[in-house]
Amino acid sequence: MSQAPSPLLEVRHLRVEFNTRRGTLVAIDDVSFAIAPGEVLGVVGESGAGKSITGTAIIGLLEPPGRIAAGEIRLEGERIDNLPAEAMRKIRGRRIGAIFQDPLTSLNPLYTVGRQITETIQTHLPMNAAEARARAVDLLKEVGIPAAERRIDHYPHQFSGGMRQRVVIALALCANPRLIIADEPTTALDVSIQAQIIQLLKRLGREHGTAVMLVTHDMGVIAETADRVAVMYAGRLAEIGPVQEVIHNPQHPYTAGLMGSIPAIGQEVERLPQIEGSMPRLDAIPKGCAFNPRCPKVFDRCREERPDLLPAGATRAACWLHAGKAVDADERR
Amino acid sequence: MIAFVIRRMAQGVIVMLVVGFIAFSLFNFVGDPVSLMLPPEATQADRQAMRENLGLDKPFYVQFATFASNAVQGNFGISLRLGRPVSTLLVERLPATLELAFVAATLALVVGIPLGVYTGLNRNSWLSRVFLTVSLIGVSLPTFLIGIFLILIFAVWLGWLPSFGRGDTVMVGGWSTGFLTGSGLKALILPSITLGLFQLTLIMRLVRSEMLEVLRTDYIKFARARGLTNRAVNFGHALRNTLVPVITITGLQLGAIIAFAIITETVFQWPGMGLLFIQAVQFADIPVMAAYLCLIGFIFVVINLVVDMLYYFVDPRLRIDTGAAGGH
Ligand SMILES: Nc1ncnc2c1ncn2[C@@H]1O[C@H](COP(=O)(O)OP(=O)(O)OP(=O)(O)O)[C@@H](O)[C@H]1O
Ligand code: SF4
Ligand SMILES: [Mg+2]
Repeated sequence: MSQAPSPLLEVRHLRVEFNTRRGTLVAIDDVSFAIAPGEVLGVVGESGAGKSITGTAIIGLLEPPGRIAAGEIRLEGERIDNLPAEAMRKIRGRRIGAIFQDPLTSLNPLYTVGRQITETIQTHLPMNAAEARARAVDLLKEVGIPAAERRIDHYPHQFSGGMRQRVVIALALCANPRLIIADEPTTALDVSIQAQIIQLLKRLGREHGTAVMLVTHDMGVIAETADRVAVMYAGRLAEIGPVQEVIHNPQHPYTAGLMGSIPAIGQEVERLPQIEGSMPRLDAIPKGCAFNPRCPKVFDRCREERPDLLPAGATRAACWLHAGKAVDADERR
Repeated sequence: MIAFVIRRMAQGVIVMLVVGFIAFSLFNFVGDPVSLMLPPEATQADRQAMRENLGLDKPFYVQFATFASNAVQGNFGISLRLGRPVSTLLVERLPATLELAFVAATLALVVGIPLGVYTGLNRNSWLSRVFLTVSLIGVSLPTFLIGIFLILIFAVWLGWLPSFGRGDTVMVGGWSTGFLTGSGLKALILPSITLGLFQLTLIMRLVRSEMLEVLRTDYIKFARARGLTNRAVNFGHALRNTLVPVITITGLQLGAIIAFAIITETVFQWPGMGLLFIQAVQFADIPVMAAYLCLIGFIFVVINLVVDMLYYFVDPRLRIDTGAAGGH
């Protein structure tokens, strides 16, 4: 357990439940992963797989009836999932920044962008109004807003969608957090602007040494940006590993389906043009492997026992196809 | 902005013309004023003379023009009941009604907004439920019943507060105020609660539902994700965004408070315009009724204008593209 870089963020056996009138829904079930300092972790998965809930749980903003039912979240070694509300608030924006999907609605329409940025700066950093404003102008310049000195006094509706998302990024960077959770930061934007925003995120992450948890549907973005990828399915982690491996050499049949390629496991050479069926609802997750009703390689064990993440090729995959290989106890973190 | 204000004022003038016309029509609907004003034994010649004297032989649009131009100058004729100029009567009664309305509206805002914020932020607390239940009662009880209950409890049983009248008033530059004497202030309490209670519950429920709505928005979620304090999020960001509808409703309700003061003034024998109006109705005192209608209409128009201009200060989206503001 004494590898070289200790992780910036560590999520262990995270379980998120929603207590509803019709029983308890398990939205996130036994999810574990880590993010190293400066690393970009891509998170992919179908709609409803639990990507946003994972991010929300990390920044401590799950709303009732949602709650963390088990597991732990550590930031730079310190447990943050059970902190008092006020301590967690100080971490948000200061040590973990967040960017949401829709820049059009992320900014308060009644205040200038400058006011929203300086307010955030002054919440976290000991600066007076003038210093905060100077930093705000610098931030706006850094995210590529032209004529930042003038634009700082403009209202959100005076910016285009792409420019607003830049402002949102500036807001996330206000206090120079070590980690940014970006939940589909480009989905709501024009295709032509998406690449620019991703480039910007990537460049800023590199320059500031900021790690990024990048949630997206876009495999192209992942391929270009991420260091590692986590694939989620029905609230569980299906596969996690280095980006090139997961894309070109997926070990989990679901990932393989996502990539539209052939699973490179042993003898079977059958095509998976796309995955048939749909992800199960949270109240109807099948026994055993959650993917088993859709899996082309399903066998008996899959319907009975739930697979943990197992070492598989250069990645780790939650699939019984990899159970045959020697399981190194130390690897099974 | 200027074009907007001018357009709004033009609309106000049109509204006032319509109100004025309705008020003017009263004279013709509620019987023949000549027969009301002359003794029954008057001759046909007397009637004709009076008719010409009052200009009633002219076509109605000329009569209306005369009425309107007189009205603009504040001249609504002589009260049939009291034999004094209507404008003087109204000016005498205006302070009583405006002070009552002011206290009632302030009460509604000062209590209604915090309660709305509280119940919006603490959706599931038992105290919120209590407030909401009580507010339902407040909305559903008729004003006069509330007034009568209050009188029964605080004036009759407990004897703490007066059950009628304004108490002692002081003249300050032609304005008779009850704010400066102990008995004047005491006399304000029950009527203003009676008048403001409905508005209070309305504002509370409005603020609550707007808060719930705003708290669900992305920018509130993002404000929390930026680590802003609860105070900054709830009051700096959320409450401010509920203000536009609150201002609208409060403005409209202020007009309603002044208009509905009739009932409260009757219950408490409050010497305001509403009481004057009720007495005028009983006496078919048309000039007073017409003047009252015009004044209330005017107050509504002014309030609406002020409300529209307040939007400009609250919502920057209107300030910048004036074109879009016209549609509001
Ligand atoms: N308040 C709630 N009550 C019950 N279930 C919820 C609630 N909020 C979210 N869920 C469930 O949690 C699961 C995960 O949702 P989440 O928003 O994390 O999905 P996602 O992977 O981000 O999807 P998308 O790609 O559509 O954003 C979904 O199945 C959803 O139905
Ligand atoms: S465990 Fe079985 S059902 Fe699940 S992905 Fe692997 S092969 Fe398919
Ligand atoms: Mg999502």
